[in-house]
Amino acid sequence: MNNNMRLTVEGIEKSFPGVKALDNINFSVKPGSVHVLCGENGAGKSTLMKIINGIYKADKGNIYIDGQQVVVKNPQHARELGVSMIFQELNYIPEMTIEENLFLGNLPKTKFGRVDWKKIREKTLELLEAERLSYKPTTKLCELSVSDIQMLEITKAVSYESKIIIMDEPTSAITYKETERLFTKISELKARGTSIIYISHKMDEIFRIADEITVLRDGTVIETHDKDDIDINTVIKLMVGRELSDEFPKEEIDIGEKVLEVKNLTRNGFFHNVNFNAKRGEIIGFSGLMGAGRTEVMRCLFGLDETDNGTILINNKPIKIPNVRTAIKAGLAMLSEDRRRYGIIPVRSVKENATLASLPKFFYSGRLHRNKENATTARMFKDMNVKTPTFETTIQALSGGNQQKVLLAKWMICDPDILILDEPTRGIDVGAKYEIYKLMMSLVKEGKTLIMISSELPELIGMCDRMYVMAKGEITGELQREEFSQEAIMKFATGFEKQEAISCE
Amino acid sequence: MNNSGAFSSMWSTITKKYSIFFVLLILIILCSLFNHNFLSTRNLTNVSRQISVTTILAFGETILIICGMLDLSSGSVLALAGVFSVSAYKITGSMTVAILVAIAVAVFCNIISGLLITRLKAPPFIATLSMLAMARGAALFYTNGQNIYQIGGYKTVGQGSIGFLPIPIIFLITILIVTWYILKHTCFGRSLYAIGGNEEAANASGINVNSNKMLAFIINGVFVGVAGVLFMSRVNAGLPNGAIGFEFQALTSSIIGGTSFSGGIGTAGGTLAGAFIVGFLNNIMNLASINSYIQQIIRGAIIALAVVYDIWSKNRRTRSVIGAIKSEK
Repeated sequence: MNNNMRLTVEGIEKSFPGVKALDNINFSVKPGSVHVLCGENGAGKSTLMKIINGIYKADKGNIYIDGQQVVVKNPQHARELGVSMIFQELNYIPEMTIEENLFLGNLPKTKFGRVDWKKIREKTLELLEAERLSYKPTTKLCELSVSDIQMLEITKAVSYESKIIIMDEPTSAITYKETERLFTKISELKARGTSIIYISHKMDEIFRIADEITVLRDGTVIETHDKDDIDINTVIKLMVGRELSDEFPKEEIDIGEKVLEVKNLTRNGFFHNVNFNAKRGEIIGFSGLMGAGRTEVMRCLFGLDETDNGTILINNKPIKIPNVRTAIKAGLAMLSEDRRRYGIIPVRSVKENATLASLPKFFYSGRLHRNKENATTARMFKDMNVKTPTFETTIQALSGGNQQKVLLAKWMICDPDILILDEPTRGIDVGAKYEIYKLMMSLVKEGKTLIMISSELPELIGMCDRMYVMAKGEITGELQREEFSQEAIMKFATGFEKQEAISCE
Repeated sequence: MNNSGAFSSMWSTITKKYSIFFVLLILIILCSLFNHNFLSTRNLTNVSRQISVTTILAFGETILIICGMLDLSSGSVLALAGVFSVSAYKITGSMTVAILVAIAVAVFCNIISGLLITRLKAPPFIATLSMLAMARGAALFYTNGQNIYQIGGYKTVGQGSIGFLPIPIIFLITILIVTWYILKHTCFGRSLYAIGGNEEAANASGINVNSNKMLAFIINGVFVGVAGVLFMSRVNAGLPNGAIGFEFQALTSSIIGGTSFSGGIGTAGGTLAGAFIVGFLNNIMNLASINSYIQQIIRGAIIALAVVYDIWSKNRRTRSVIGAIKSEK
């Protein structure tokens, strides 16, 4: 037992009915360091963190904090022990103010048992000042951005004087700039001696901030390394347990004629005069900071929102797209960035989710053709390598990567010519990402056109043939594959530079 | 591991799917042990006849709840449709006209509710609550608060039989089949589940949310109209104050039958089973001459029980499925 460690877990085991989620887990976190946990979805990272945070109870094993053995009873108790956790999905009440949020579940009371709002205000101001955040205590959370709220969560963790802060994929919903802010914060915390356990799928991030890296696979610790002793490819290999030949399976394909042309598309207040085109067999990228208007453009193209101005030509024919039905008929499909909001029907089966966008293919001449529905689903799931116990399983029971593949299957059943992918790999693990990239390649080989929006530059650079960059509701640049570089993209994305040639002739 | 995982998840799907019918079966066995008259043809026919009106309403509620809505006004609209239908019969002497009038009135009311919800974005609870008051008021205004008596041949529909089957039961079976067919075999039915399960995702998959919601209300209107004719003809009068609180028995049947109030889940068969559970419970409590106030308490408790069971089994099912997936890896 090493007393110099901030946190040590020893021989942790945890089973759920029918599965061993964690098996003999040992690892330690040094004081004032960032310890990154990586592993595919289902590797056991979240289960382990939930045990440390007191949400689950381990079947076996010990936890030591600063050399003292502890039994964590619940998250409240964990907080008292100096452990706090920032969850991947931020849970907050939009109508609540900053000060209410900071002291939720921990409201100071006067001696008569009334909530002591004066004290709350004082302490909030104190905390905000200490963290150099310029919000008013009475601002409602719904007025803040995701990264603001994340900063607030960190402030909250700091206010508990946590010794250990667990961050579960904190950057999955924020932009580069906001990520920078988070990283600055993390180095400050480190300097104060706080230990951070950081869970992430993003390799570039991991290698920027990690001091140590532990890889989990199938509920066991595979290896722990100092950052300097290991490289990206090794980590990926350890995570998936096999060699991935290349991170991006890009191949050169013959690019055909123009299939989509968008001219002067405008939605007042969101974007204006957007011009772009896409050719058969091409993967077009859309890059830009969050809020640049990329998703909004695609939503209009797909008939989800109304446009104020502009023309859309598909195969050189102008077309009006007032609703999604029309868009699907015109050969468009769109995989949404927000899987839970615009993607899955959680309580319905994987099969029903898969066939939802092409119901008339299965309901005709007065009845449901069940065999046809099953056969089509089976074929698609095989192509997409969807792992599901049965077709009747509700989609909410699948992992994020599998849900995403079911949703891709849904759009493939429509057999679109142009597929819009909005953040197709967000929040899914390396193995599933690679499968989605491979699938993208096989689609363009069939002569389809892909439009990919992504906030991860490496995947845009790795997969696209051509890229448009947006800033503040305008297209600020167009780059050919040979011009791709992080610097070039960032210049256009931050709006420092704008290509004049882009505007419509 | 692999096979047993998939098998256990399939087994739990099956038990979940048919659990309500097991409950019904056990209830029937218990009741028949408790009272010898329970299983007599007469008693069973009586129960079916009694529940036919509220069960028809329950099928309408099921369709609405599946797509994330509900109808609080069905009792009132039933009364309004019923009194119009009765007076149409008194004027024309034609049962066909009477039925068409009932359906037209009920559909009209439901279209108004539907428009409030789809165009003005009123919450279904509020929209149909206002319809509850308006329809009842209209029924009382139209009849001047007086019951309509001497309705002659009108009573045949509610009281007569074809062969050994009472006519209300024939209507009940027909509407059961219609509901089952809609939910299972039409695009519209599948869309309802999707809308109730996640409206925005349904819309983003090319489903026209508003027109499907309108159609759900129109179908509910047809059912309510039919129920109105059956009710008035069973009581042999046009009662503007009749059928008060029928929507609650209908909602109870639907919930006990496994329709989830969070939307996206429910079946026609489940609702039928739920309606019979409610009907048999009332029946056995009457046969045992339990105080009617106590009966009301028991009915309330059963709703709570059904909801708790729904939540409990949902959690259990999700966990066992996750287990099955993990074991596959």
